[in-house]
Amino acid sequence: MKLWKRLMCTARRRSPWLFHMNSGSCNGCDIEIVAALSPRYDAEQLGVRLEGSPRHADILCVTGPVTQKAVNAVKTVYGQVCGPKAVIAIGSCPATTNVFIDSRTLVGPLDKHVPVDVYVPGCPPRPDAIIQGVAKAAGILAERGNTPPGSATAVATIAVEEAHQ
Amino acid sequence: MTILTALARLLIFPGLLFAVPAAWFFLWVERKAVALMQERVGPPFMQPFFDFVKLLGKDTPPRSGIAGLLMRAWPLIAVSAAAGAVGLLPVLPSSGGFEGDLILLLALLELPSVCIIAAGFSSRSIFGEIGSAREAALSVSYNIVFLLAIVSIAASQHTFRLEALATMHPSFLTVLGILAILICLPAKLHINPFSLPNAEQEIYAGPMTEYAGPELAMWELSHGLEWVAGVGLVATLVAPHFAIAWGGAWLAACIFVTISIAAVLLLSTLAAATARLAIDTSVRFYWQCTLIFAVLAISSALFVRFRS
Repeated sequence: MKLWKRLMCTARRRSPWLFHMNSGSCNGCDIEIVAALSPRYDAEQLGVRLEGSPRHADILCVTGPVTQKAVNAVKTVYGQVCGPKAVIAIGSCPATTNVFIDSRTLVGPLDKHVPVDVYVPGCPPRPDAIIQGVAKAAGILAERGNTPPGSATAVATIAVEEAHQ
Repeated sequence: MTILTALARLLIFPGLLFAVPAAWFFLWVERKAVALMQERVGPPFMQPFFDFVKLLGKDTPPRSGIAGLLMRAWPLIAVSAAAGAVGLLPVLPSSGGFEGDLILLLALLELPSVCIIAAGFSSRSIFGEIGSAREAALSVSYNIVFLLAIVSIAASQHTFRLEALATMHPSFLTVLGILAILICLPAKLHINPFSLPNAEQEIYAGPMTEYAGPELAMWELSHGLEWVAGVGLVATLVAPHFAIAWGGAWLAACIFVTISIAAVLLLSTLAAATARLAIDTSVRFYWQCTLIFAVLAISSALFVRFRS
């Protein structure tokens, strides 16, 4: 039983499948997510796969400052991802709403609506920072297992300098 | 074939004990080959195994009623059919078999595709239904060519027994038939350029859109087993029959595995080098371009048979 748990932990760490969701982003961060999967950065080395359906995903990558139009979709998609799951806020927008702060069309930041595990700041963040964020989220996922997300112990931020080293 | 040898073939070689690791290995070879073609490093060796274990540990959305029961049943039926198809392959010499096992093999190879169609419709997701409709249209197109190719090989050898086909002398007709089978395999395995049933991102995940957790793991496994069965069929038809006389079972098994890997590499290279075709182009490809050769093959096979 213990062996199975350890195997499951390794498998969760080594096989993060992503679902990418745009909640009103300017498309800058979305391009960087695609760049992270491209030959130059090749996130598939870590077992990352960009999935078409949220049902298949482990990690929800949200970009954008969460507009009024998008907030219900974000909550629905978060519900559609099957547990155990993690959420990454990619870019400065979902973390702080960035330059759009105080806009009347926004209901962000993201952590008001769904529990966020990893923040990858940057406008847009570099692909290597995104890959590091995914690796960190996969680690959190492996440790946390089936316990509900959002507990304060598991929040990590990828410092921009750290990712650049 | 006694019950004991049948069980050994189904459970050990070339059945489950060999086929499941082989399925993971082929899935890895496919992804790695695509990655290398795109100048990437690609996934680690154990990746399909980790994916499988991780999916087993995930939750599934609550499902109730007959539809939920069916949705849970389809992947299991697909996996058992694909595993049975692999178990029927005459890899080892004098491994038994019975008259007409080729027909059973064809039926078992077809079952996963039928399950995918049914799964997409019973998931009641609009993307699943589109994917299933595409799969149905594609299946009607390539199966004609696939079946005609197999029937032409069988008719030229006067038998529907797999073991007799595995030890046949190669002729022009059999080469044509094997080529036609190879042309149909990308559509059967849903890889590029015929990846439109599960067209990822385009229609979310096609028939698999609503599947999660252990059920999705079973679909991945059945896809891998389809790989093993599909390329295994080609490998048993291509494998030189004199190898069995020379080296016995071990050499036969080694040759089977080598030819299978070569076929996987060939198909993955094709998948990496091509883009997804639209449904009308794919259907036209099989009905207009390939069907002519299949009809030629079967008519010449029948001609040869009636002259002799």
